[in-house]
Amino acid sequence: MKRQNIDKTVRSGFLLVALFSIVALSLIIIFLFLEGIPILEHVSLKEFLFGQYWYPTDDPADFGILPLILGSIYVTVISGMIAIPLGVMTAIYLAQIAPATVSQIVKPIVELLASMPSVVIGFFGMVVVAPFIQQLFNIPVGLNMFNASLMLAFMAVPTICSISEDAVFSVPTALKEASLALGATHFETLVRVIVPASLSGICTAIILGLSRAVGETMVVLMAAGGAAMIPTSIFDPVRPLPASIAAEMAEAPFRSEHYHALFAIGIVLFVFTFLFNLLADHISYKFRQVGEASL
Amino acid sequence: MIKKRLRAQKICFFLLKVAVAINGAALAIIVYFIVSRGWRAISWEFLSKPPTDSMTMGGILPCIVGTVSLCMTTILFALPIGVASAIYLNEYAGQTKLVRFIRLGINNLAGVPSIVFGLFGLAFFVIVLDMGVSILAGGLTLGIMTLPVIIGASEEALKSVPKPYREASLAMGATQWQTIRKVVLPVAFPGIITGSILGLSRAAGETAPIMYTGAVFFTPDLPSSIFDEVMALPYHIYVLATAGTNIEATRHLQYGTALVLISLIFGMNLFAIIMRAKMRKKLKG
Amino acid sequence: MNRWIKSILILVFGLFCVASSQVFAGELVIKGSTTVLPIAQMAAETFMAENPDVKISLSGGGSGNGIKAIIDGTAQIGNASRFIKQKEVSLAVTKGVYPVPFRIALDAIVPVVNPKNSVTDLTTAQLKDIYLGKIKDWKDVGGTPGKIVVISRDSSSGTFGVWQELVMLEDRVVPSALTVPSNGGIVQAVANTPGAIGYVGLGYLNKEIKAIKVNGVTGTEETTLNGSFPISRGLFMFTQGWPEGETMDFINYIFSKKGQELVRKAGSIPVFGF
Repeated sequence: MKRQNIDKTVRSGFLLVALFSIVALSLIIIFLFLEGIPILEHVSLKEFLFGQYWYPTDDPADFGILPLILGSIYVTVISGMIAIPLGVMTAIYLAQIAPATVSQIVKPIVELLASMPSVVIGFFGMVVVAPFIQQLFNIPVGLNMFNASLMLAFMAVPTICSISEDAVFSVPTALKEASLALGATHFETLVRVIVPASLSGICTAIILGLSRAVGETMVVLMAAGGAAMIPTSIFDPVRPLPASIAAEMAEAPFRSEHYHALFAIGIVLFVFTFLFNLLADHISYKFRQVGEASL
Repeated sequence: MIKKRLRAQKICFFLLKVAVAINGAALAIIVYFIVSRGWRAISWEFLSKPPTDSMTMGGILPCIVGTVSLCMTTILFALPIGVASAIYLNEYAGQTKLVRFIRLGINNLAGVPSIVFGLFGLAFFVIVLDMGVSILAGGLTLGIMTLPVIIGASEEALKSVPKPYREASLAMGATQWQTIRKVVLPVAFPGIITGSILGLSRAAGETAPIMYTGAVFFTPDLPSSIFDEVMALPYHIYVLATAGTNIEATRHLQYGTALVLISLIFGMNLFAIIMRAKMRKKLKG
Repeated sequence: MNRWIKSILILVFGLFCVASSQVFAGELVIKGSTTVLPIAQMAAETFMAENPDVKISLSGGGSGNGIKAIIDGTAQIGNASRFIKQKEVSLAVTKGVYPVPFRIALDAIVPVVNPKNSVTDLTTAQLKDIYLGKIKDWKDVGGTPGKIVVISRDSSSGTFGVWQELVMLEDRVVPSALTVPSNGGIVQAVANTPGAIGYVGLGYLNKEIKAIKVNGVTGTEETTLNGSFPISRGLFMFTQGWPEGETMDFINYIFSKKGQELVRKAGSIPVFGF
């Protein structure tokens, strides 16, 4: 009898600890809003989100983050255009085509790429890639949207690749065999059967990969140029949301308007990634594969 | 007809291989630049001395010690909570709404941008809990960030423990807690450690969460308590590359520090990857 | 499993013991302007060599950060490359803090361009128009045609503040200006970008970049001290109230002959000629 009681206590103890993640997430949300919302006493939500000028230390200051939001969206979209094909293609290759020996080599490569610290990638973009593209395209500055997007792409590829690979790998072999038996080539089977069957997993992978790119800080801080302008070409410098927070937080006086504005940028960033994650969660939950029946 | 189709297949498979090659090339190029330009900076002095002459000479010992102490704090905090969460989710919980809610929380925690963790750490640990910029505040911030990775890895490890192990133990009259403690955990332990090392390697390389919570520009003495602020390898790279007193002249130090950081991280990763491969063989055999 | 846990615990315990064996008498936290940083850093290194029981930690982040740290009490010394603003004074007073300024050095802010650039002389009005985005091409200021890449500092840097006040006359720098976090960052960006213009403290001039005369005056120690160079400023260390203990010792050290020699070595201009 006593042992059962201990068991129950232990069980509730574990439940309490398991709730910690929820607590941590709630605390993050609470503190972001607690420190970010007071900026609305100085500017309206519309002025904040759609204002075109970011001059946080002027007197009077302007707190328009539209250039920062657009900077974030542009670098994410461009990095997606590079990372999505690369990541998905690598995943398909690994899961369906590669001989075991090859995938044993390639998989650790992808994992090492994933573990590459963002500051090292940002550093690389700054000292190696920037002068290179500056000369290659004969443009005034190498620290720009294109450079940052390229570097971000290599941070997103491993995420996209490893999650897509799981999805592609988990397509039931019966489907593949049926298609091959009907006379389709390996390639046709891939395009018409395997990819459609794993589409929800691939979508989840893409969303999570892009979500990582939106939130990545060091790369855009070091390689994007840092100009709070609305870019007109991919070789313009930009100042995405995370870069602004990282560059300015150290210098914003505690609980000043600027400090609150930076937390409010944190809220915007959090909402972006939160929506991405909810979407990914929804897709993977709703369209999860239950054997062949889900097609 | 079939020839044409096969040619299409050939072209596409070639493109897939190109994609793989680009990934490999990207990694190779980055590593090549860091190693070829960084190894000259590496010496016993570089690893064992603090920076001198306005950080244009000397070594990076305080940064190494700082990163290690941040990681220690991270793991001491995140490992117990992560493993316990995983035990609850995998051993006790069913498919209830609460569990789905917890999982949603963990997934979203995993997706929070690193700079937002930094903001939170600054507002909560540094200011509200009055820890100041310290190893403790930085380590806890990194710990919360690493938690989802550790939970994921631990769950994976617990799942890989075959069902009959548990059933046999329960059938002999052990309670569930005894089963977990005496049967499941020992089997899952190497897997948990492997996954945690992977999570820790990510924490070691992060800069944004510690910028305002644990790391400072320059403090040549080693930390004496967890309430001290420290220098850290990733932040040191950022500082030398963007805010140093003479950026071009310290290039070799920047590459050298980057080399030490990626060696540390790749070392941890390779160790984990090899250990995992060995475990898989063992489980199969 | 137990052996695993035990060995890890012993390792952790051992590390903490090693770490905690060093106990220091005094701790001095210095924060703020990256312009004052080289001075503070050199002084900290030699000061610590002479006083081994004092531990100094140093971070950058800009003048606003330095003064903020004094007001918040997170640092004993706040470095600033500008004087304290009225806003900051009132914030300090509401918190019951009285920041005390020490002008430890002088500095000139010199416009710089890439060495390949043929322009050697600009007026403050031309500099202003370039930073307003009105002048976009080097040919408009007598150089070879090419787009001007405007490089500026993050808005809370003290160097930016002085530039804003003395050159921009409180007008806004064009949003398309690249921002970099430090003097060193400007040097690097200007050295690598043929069409670039930036501005740095006198101490950061080197052969990778070319200094520009302002209104015909070259920025040097002499022209700054006699007031003919238009863009100059004092460098400050702020303390919370009148300093005591190690803080006082450190400030005195900076004002000593040795300290002022370090100021010159760091590329700034000493306030005392010993």
